[in-house]
Amino acid sequence: MIVFILRRLTQSAVVIAAMAVLVFTGIFAIGNPIDVLISPEADEVERAAAIARLGLDQPMHVQFARFVESAVGGDLGTSFVHGVPALGLVLQRFPATLELALAAMLLAVLLGIPLGLWAGLKPDSVAGRVIMTGSILGFSLPTFWVGMMLIMAFAVQLGWLPAGGRGQTASLFGVQWSFLTRDGLAHLILPAINLATFKLSLVIRLARAGTREVALQDYVKFARAKGLSPARVVGVHILKNIMIPVVTVLGLELGSVIAFSVVTESVFAWPGMGKLLIESILQLDRPVVVAYLLLTVLLFVVINLVVDLIYSMLDPRIRLGGGRA
Amino acid sequence: MTQPLLRVENLQTHFATRAGTVKAVDGVSFDLRRGEILGLVGESGSGKSVTGQSILGLVDPPGRIAGGRVLFDGEDLVTAGEKRLRAIRGRRIAMIFQDPMMTLNPVLSVETQMVEAVLAHDKVGRAEARRRSRDALGRVGIASPEERLAAYPHQFSGGMRQRVAIAIALLHSPDLILADEPTTALDVTIQAQILFEVQTLCRDTGTALLWVTHDLAVVSALADRVAVMYAGRIVETGPIADVIQAPRHPYTRGLLDSVPSRNRRGVPLRSIPGMTPSVLDLPKGCAFQPRCGRADAACAVMPELPENGHAWRCWHPHDADARGAAA
Ligand SMILES: Nc1ncnc2c1ncn2[C@@H]1O[C@H](COP(=O)(O)OP(=O)(O)O)[C@@H](O)[C@H]1O
Ligand code: SF4
Ligand SMILES: [Mg+2]
Repeated sequence: MIVFILRRLTQSAVVIAAMAVLVFTGIFAIGNPIDVLISPEADEVERAAAIARLGLDQPMHVQFARFVESAVGGDLGTSFVHGVPALGLVLQRFPATLELALAAMLLAVLLGIPLGLWAGLKPDSVAGRVIMTGSILGFSLPTFWVGMMLIMAFAVQLGWLPAGGRGQTASLFGVQWSFLTRDGLAHLILPAINLATFKLSLVIRLARAGTREVALQDYVKFARAKGLSPARVVGVHILKNIMIPVVTVLGLELGSVIAFSVVTESVFAWPGMGKLLIESILQLDRPVVVAYLLLTVLLFVVINLVVDLIYSMLDPRIRLGGGRA
Repeated sequence: MTQPLLRVENLQTHFATRAGTVKAVDGVSFDLRRGEILGLVGESGSGKSVTGQSILGLVDPPGRIAGGRVLFDGEDLVTAGEKRLRAIRGRRIAMIFQDPMMTLNPVLSVETQMVEAVLAHDKVGRAEARRRSRDALGRVGIASPEERLAAYPHQFSGGMRQRVAIAIALLHSPDLILADEPTTALDVTIQAQILFEVQTLCRDTGTALLWVTHDLAVVSALADRVAVMYAGRIVETGPIADVIQAPRHPYTRGLLDSVPSRNRRGVPLRSIPGMTPSVLDLPKGCAFQPRCGRADAACAVMPELPENGHAWRCWHPHDADARGAAA
């Protein structure tokens, strides 16, 4: 297990290093770093100062060392628009996005796995068919359209839930969270449903396909032949096996939920990283875009690592290696 | 006459498929006394596994028991509720499957899978359940059972996995074990070992055994009686010695002739021509007609299986002494 963790940590480090080289090449070597990193509105004196400060007159390897140094130190340039460090700006918006993404994932898992199990155990029942039809809809309807429909129905027509913003927040670990207050939670519901729809459909399909396959395995029949209750057969023998693919895909999807919350955040005016990204692109605020990209890649790497660890905990064949005693 | 432990009466198990109703088991009847070993033999697809699973109500949809009775200790399991069946499964009737690679859940430890089997029927503490599991592993010849409890199935060889499955089957000292080709997937030496051990364990505990196999040689070494299945029906049944020495049904004869050890040296192996028929389009009358050298017009009517000690379902059976002479 320790060997496994070390191996995965090394792999992650390699990915991050490769990413650093790529971003460096992208900004410093291919493009003109002066255009990317320095505001076009800066005057000649500011330009010269910035070039000296960033070391753009230095040879390439020195520049790379400096880039790594400042990136590790968290300095990815200053936002043209807001005049504050870009990374700080993105990080400040991160909790909102994380909260939304986790809420969406939680919805997708808590609803998707039971629904998928049901549809897999009783594929020909009315409920099973309804669940599958629903998941096809969830897959094919565009997120922004579903988001607007949700606002129309629940905010405008029924007036049950607010249409946008984070609502009232409360502090936990020095960070503001919406889910801690009633008002914030009410604001979270619609965007979370919107972001969850696609993942929910995905989880339902994964769980259903897994269940159908696993339910036919001899070990399930053997478990029944031992006289186990259906709850134990489904809740332990089947569930634990279908969780392996579900966790794997979900882990990868958590990254994409964070990255693609852009649409939902825009529709619901949710002040997260995604909304910031769209604003920054529109305003040509390049350091912020760069910081967003780097942070997202880093997130993907970390999430992958965590997923692999959970995966290995679920599957003893990976945790313990394939050797036979 | 004492009541048999298990009496299967005219069992019908059908699968509703697109192509039509598959009568995988079509009127199977047999008795099994306490402590007795019955071999259920037939080519793949003849309905042996479905018969075994029907007894415990474990046939998955689209299969269902369409008729007949399964009297276990006088109680009909076909009409018994799921709850009642659950109380019998694993406690009074246990089951072992063919492929030991597939019968243990790959993501649960051996301990989990054994302890849950104990706890399914006995209200004992975890420690006691664990102790019983460990002892059961020791009984089937697994070295250092204490450590092996913590292992996962993939850390065992095929033979060892089958021993674990057998240990699980023995946990509650059942009255009956349904063993569905439990040694088929193993190599010959391990097969012989396990065969011997199961036989000893069953004799010691007075457990009756329904041993499903396609291999008559295995059955002849193990069973008291044998029932030969073809296309969902029993075609010959009787005490093992009678059936082996004087097979009367042409199909049984064919099976025996295809057992290598029974052939004279240098004589080419004779196996049964043709293939197992699709249960969907069987000929009218005897199902074996297309492959039978003795078939004639009379065979278009289904022959009955009389209720005798040694009985066969055939219009033109072989003579009682014909086999020795022909070979
Ligand atoms: N799930 C199923 N769907 C349709 N037919 C089935 C199914 N399972 C078994 N059968 C039918 O039952 C017949 C007997 O199967 P089985 O009892 O497994 O044979 P055996 O164990 O003797 O090899 C098969 O030939 C097949 O036609
Ligand atoms: S009844 Fe006829 S076809 Fe069937 S086994 Fe006997 S001789 Fe052959
Ligand atoms: Mg079989």
